[in-house]
Amino acid sequence: MIGLDVLYVLAGLLFAVFAAATLMDGTNPKRFTSALFWALFATSFLVGSYLPDVVNGGILVAMALVAGFNLMGKGEHPQPVDKPQRAERWGNRLFIPALIPPVVTLLGTLTLKGAMIGGQPLVDPKQVTLVSLGAGIVLATTVALIMFRASPVTATREGRRLMESVGWAGLLPQALAALGAVFAVAHVGAVIGNLATTWLPLGTPLAAVVAYTLGMALFTAIMGNAFAAFPVMTAAIGLPIIVGKFGGDPAIMGAIGMLAGFCGTLTTPMAANFNIVPAALLELSDRYGVIKAQLPTALMLLLANTVLMYVLVYRF
Amino acid sequence: MWVLLGVAVVVVGFAARLNPLLIVATAAVVTGVAGGLDVVATLGVLGKAFKDNRYISVVWLILPLIGLLEREGLQERAKALIGRLREATAGRLLVIYLLIRQLAAAVGLTSLGGHAQMVRPLIAPMAEAAAESRHGDLPQPLRDRIKAMAAATDNVGLFFGEDIFIAIASILLIKGFLEENGIIVEPLHLSMWAIPTAIAALLIHGARLLLLDRQLGKAAGR
Repeated sequence: MIGLDVLYVLAGLLFAVFAAATLMDGTNPKRFTSALFWALFATSFLVGSYLPDVVNGGILVAMALVAGFNLMGKGEHPQPVDKPQRAERWGNRLFIPALIPPVVTLLGTLTLKGAMIGGQPLVDPKQVTLVSLGAGIVLATTVALIMFRASPVTATREGRRLMESVGWAGLLPQALAALGAVFAVAHVGAVIGNLATTWLPLGTPLAAVVAYTLGMALFTAIMGNAFAAFPVMTAAIGLPIIVGKFGGDPAIMGAIGMLAGFCGTLTTPMAANFNIVPAALLELSDRYGVIKAQLPTALMLLLANTVLMYVLVYRF
Repeated sequence: MWVLLGVAVVVVGFAARLNPLLIVATAAVVTGVAGGLDVVATLGVLGKAFKDNRYISVVWLILPLIGLLEREGLQERAKALIGRLREATAGRLLVIYLLIRQLAAAVGLTSLGGHAQMVRPLIAPMAEAAAESRHGDLPQPLRDRIKAMAAATDNVGLFFGEDIFIAIASILLIKGFLEENGIIVEPLHLSMWAIPTAIAALLIHGARLLLLDRQLGKAAGR
């Protein structure tokens, strides 16, 4: 059965190559500590499943220290000077390898769920999308290597160029998910939910809606994830007050409540994969540039969600 | 109450622009200890979740492919295509991307898009090229602004499209949570009520994108 473990080995090998190449990269002013960061990432992917939890935690803390003390650097990766000519020569064929991953992900997700081989599922049914994405990436990279007559060394060097521009931000989404687990064990959500019901005015149908949508957005901004906020806020305000006390429609409350939370996601560095990683990928000078671009949309849309919920939830 | 110290570390840390990884590690230890765990137990909880969430970082497997394509001129090709369209502006292009991203997500195609696969190699360079063909060379802050809006558009399109699809994780979470509390709702009923917000998102963010064109025109002085 093909599951996540295959992807972890692939990712581990890729990061191990990044680490080795970084170590030998004389153009990177911080090559030893940068290589250490990527080597720790590789270790976590390759053998993390077999290490004690506390060692995995130690790996995360060690990576955070390397990044936190500004010990990560970039090498120089000169690009070919004839890129426009190359683009001209390939024309729209350049888009073919770029489209393979999403197409394979889609086809795989649709077809691989029930696929059996020798009485066993071919792909772990819970991980079909990620496995399909991995297969699409492998296929597309192979096609690109053949099409461009490039060597795998070139491919990993190009991958390292982009990974270095992302830098420590590449670990952040996973690290934040781990922080979420610590928050859960320490019942941070329940404490905030209690605070919300104690301090927010909930006496009228409008106040309850406003408290719920604002609470969803704020709590999501703190946790970085609307999925963490939804059960807490809905148990504290949505179900007992909007539905229970004022007779609102639970489907409308839930659907629009979740979307109010998504407005919070747009505003917070805690949602790193949407907000911090793209700023790094696009090499913006301001780490919070994407958040600043989203902020007006997020606030106006939160207002819209609040109005929509108030108008709809007590009517149906 | 003391467990909120960890949240305080997060808020202060991000506001002070400290390194986010360092903030996360510190907040985790503070929260764990404030919640009654010792440091080793906290590291254990943190480490287990870190290991279990490795799938999040698997997306970086795509970077060698994107790097290879960029080396062969993918961004240049995307720019050339847009440069030929006289009617194209950064804002109009991003409005079209917003609409496509929302519609694709609404039928479950959330993997069509994304920052590493679409925004960096294609959408951001196209938006930049469209702005440049209209306003000439742009200073770096304006380029950053266009790129940031491209990333924002990908997020807005995804967030406010995906909930229209009945089998998306958030819809299933709402359904499951309500069910636990004795309320049975159909996924279709939930996703239907995501449509008004989706339309609002298209109008609000779309209007901002069209305003971006005017701001670019003013800033570029033509």
